[in-house]
Amino acid sequence: MERPLTKNIHAGRQPLSLKEYTTTGGYTALQQVLKNNTPQEVQQLVQKSNLKGRGGAGFNTGMKWSFVPMGADAPRPKYLIANADEMEPGTFKDRLLLEGNPHQLLEGMIIAAYAIQANISYIFLRWAYKKAARVLEQSIHEAYEAGWLGQNILGSGFSLNMHLHTGAGRYMCGEETALLNALEGKRATPRAKPPFPQVSGLFGKPTIVNNVETLCCVPHIVNNGAEWFQSLSYSEDSGTKIYGVSGKVNNPGAWELPMGVTMRELIEEHAGGMKKGYRLKGVLPGGASTDFLTEQHLDIKMDFKSVAAAGSRLGTATMVVMDDATCPVGFVHNLQHFFAQESCGWCTPCREGLPWVEKILLTIEKGEGKQEDIELLQMHTQLLGPGNTFCALAPGAMEPLQSAIKYFREDFDRHIREQKCPY
Amino acid sequence: MLSNEEIQDIDHEAAKLPYKKAAVIEALKIVQQHRGWINDESVSDIAECLEMSAAEVDSVATFYNLIFRSPVGRHVILLCDSISCYVMGYKNIYEALQQKLKIKFGETTADQRFTLLPNACLGCCDHAPALIINGELYTDISIETLDDILLKYT
Repeated sequence: MERPLTKNIHAGRQPLSLKEYTTTGGYTALQQVLKNNTPQEVQQLVQKSNLKGRGGAGFNTGMKWSFVPMGADAPRPKYLIANADEMEPGTFKDRLLLEGNPHQLLEGMIIAAYAIQANISYIFLRWAYKKAARVLEQSIHEAYEAGWLGQNILGSGFSLNMHLHTGAGRYMCGEETALLNALEGKRATPRAKPPFPQVSGLFGKPTIVNNVETLCCVPHIVNNGAEWFQSLSYSEDSGTKIYGVSGKVNNPGAWELPMGVTMRELIEEHAGGMKKGYRLKGVLPGGASTDFLTEQHLDIKMDFKSVAAAGSRLGTATMVVMDDATCPVGFVHNLQHFFAQESCGWCTPCREGLPWVEKILLTIEKGEGKQEDIELLQMHTQLLGPGNTFCALAPGAMEPLQSAIKYFREDFDRHIREQKCPY
Repeated sequence: MLSNEEIQDIDHEAAKLPYKKAAVIEALKIVQQHRGWINDESVSDIAECLEMSAAEVDSVATFYNLIFRSPVGRHVILLCDSISCYVMGYKNIYEALQQKLKIKFGETTADQRFTLLPNACLGCCDHAPALIINGELYTDISIETLDDILLKYT
């Protein structure tokens, strides 16, 4: 089983230096691309590999790149941004890549920038990843020294500058257009689409924002081809995926595995099963803004299509396990508290609706709920759902809520019937 | 008034950007680094430095939770209160911290030693519960290990 993204990352080991990365075949993909391929060829290769965005949305990366205006008339400068604002609660996969093999990300970024002919790139890193910040600063410096960044890279005529930007908090910054506002020094509120960032993004110029894991796949696709990348997977979605499990399991962690391993394999084999005395009650398969799945779904494949067919989303593929000693109402209240707090306030349903949802859940959890509160919550899952808000924050928040009411209805009812939390 | 060092650092960041006021988040971070928090005077000073209004600076400063518009203690504890830490019992850690430090979320100890704040997911869910003090990350926290951690900060 191949693990291209993490084969050189080992727990407790220092991040790969430029020299070590080069020894393991690093920067050969970039050399190959600059020497032999046109930007369009790189776009087509990545599109053909069927690499889908690893940040959660799952859009074909090569296709996203293909929307960028090319040619002599294209607006300039164009921008390439690595979204390293990993803030989805329960998600800790990009940290592994950033801290373990920073040059892999840099090489992926430089190739991506070449493919869209961007001359300026940013890594938007969340403030909490202090170690990653140190590692990336050092790596960017090394890459400039070695001539992988800067003017006229390897005599190809292609130039790229790279900057590290660390945020100042707020979940919203992970949303692609809010991230652009944050980079421009504004409040991180989302922008109306269209225009899409590919056409009018950072400072009004064509911009691609890709997740860290997505970009890390790119050098391997160049080196080994689109068919190889497809063959890594157990499903129609190509490649490997970094999966994670947290909660009361024996061995919480993150692992690179073929796309499409089952939830059962992840929880029972890699995460070592539930801790003694606990049973699995529910799973958020891909972060806080994905619908619950339960024991009956353990055998579904963890890929974009299969998880969607089961009524949830692959999201970031780092799952949070809810055990039978954890109150589902309290669990969902914690999630809604987070979303209410992180709402940027830009649009009314989200700004007003989420705090209301949070209050209703707290009332139920404290044993003061009424039967009609459940209908009120269900109404909110509609009113804050897709199509009624400016961005995906509130609809994402409603996913675990609506599925909690669906699968754990008895727990909600008991809180109301017994006028206390039974946990 | 901003110090020469602060102004130099802000200018350095602004030079990377197409226009000055795009550097306002960086400027706030720089000033906070030097002074611990952002007071009204700093808001005005940054506004002048970046050729924007104080209201604009404040709208940004108040948006980002890690820009402090109130004074904080010498050490800022950020305790993760997101879902994996919830499942793994961050509330027990919070209760222990409240007892030890006699403060709740959003408060500072009387001796100005610690400010305690809740924080969204710190991205180490496989080692929950977690907290950060002055940028230093601590994972797999238990009530037993809490004292040793706090002792490092005087």
